[in-house]
Amino acid sequence: MQAAAPSKARTPRAEQIILFRIGGQLFAISSASVQEVRSVDSLTGISQAIPTTSVRKVRHTVRRHDQTHYVVNGTVHFGLPAAAASLVFFLRHTPTALLIDGIEKMTTMTYLQALPQAFCHEERDWYRGLTPLDQTVIPVVKPEGFLSTEELTLLDTAVHAELKKEAKGSAEAPE
Amino acid sequence: MSVVTEIALEAFVLLRLGERRFALKASQIVELIAPSRVFRFPHRTTALEGVILRRGRIIPICDVSEQLVGKKLTLRRFYLIAHRFFGPQKEAIALPVSGDCELITAELTPRSESDLAHVAGWLSHNGDALEILNLEALTPGPLAARAANAFPHQPAEVRA
Repeated sequence: MQAAAPSKARTPRAEQIILFRIGGQLFAISSASVQEVRSVDSLTGISQAIPTTSVRKVRHTVRRHDQTHYVVNGTVHFGLPAAAASLVFFLRHTPTALLIDGIEKMTTMTYLQALPQAFCHEERDWYRGLTPLDQTVIPVVKPEGFLSTEELTLLDTAVHAELKKEAKGSAEAPE
Repeated sequence: MSVVTEIALEAFVLLRLGERRFALKASQIVELIAPSRVFRFPHRTTALEGVILRRGRIIPICDVSEQLVGKKLTLRRFYLIAHRFFGPQKEAIALPVSGDCELITAELTPRSESDLAHVAGWLSHNGDALEILNLEALTPGPLAARAANAFPHQPAEVRA
């Protein structure tokens, strides 16, 4: 008699996530999307103010590894009440440095439900989906959803114009 | 000679919003559940107030009372979980209701051109003419979003 073949129970695919807060609200992000976490204090001296653009959520840039990162105020992005940020996430594959209140914990997500289609506005660009975790529901953010292509173009244009102005100013300055 | 007309009866669920009653086709209904914890997160679809967790599935809550009776429900006794179609796909949506629901069979009277978009038809029950709701017109979805984008002067509200 042959032994019964082992049943092919589906093992849910697990993903490491970081739970963090912006404006008091809990969010999750894949830990693979975060290149570095730094304190906001460490940006003092290396961040530069940028001219006012229509992208209200970005007021500073940080230059790292020959790349300009736009510092995104998470509370403005999500329309949450203003809160003091203590940490910044430098995200992979996008020039975004995201200001956050703090990290709650690191954990594993085994189920990600696509955002229900009834949610039909900007939130579709903000979230990969929703995950039920510890009797609560947490939105899982899209790293590339913090700055749209249009917003990046606006910011790049503003930064380049500022650099040009600075270069012209220093060339004209008397020695 | 008598003429016998065959009347096609269909099953409907009657739901109560405040003082008024409406109907949904019974085939669209999943279940009626007691209110549970609402989870809120930032979004810009003003018609949705959050989501509930039901048997491991996340279901958006859409309070249609303001559109139908002119004010938000102060008393919620149940959530009526119904299927809403998004093109060929269907997804569950939770509708807060203020009273018991009732399953009936009735004859559907088709909608006329002068009816509002959310009216899928009419039925007569206990002397009342009740609207049969068209959830695709009443609740948010990609089409509603396109219509809203056509009027960008209306500021989007963020719920959190």
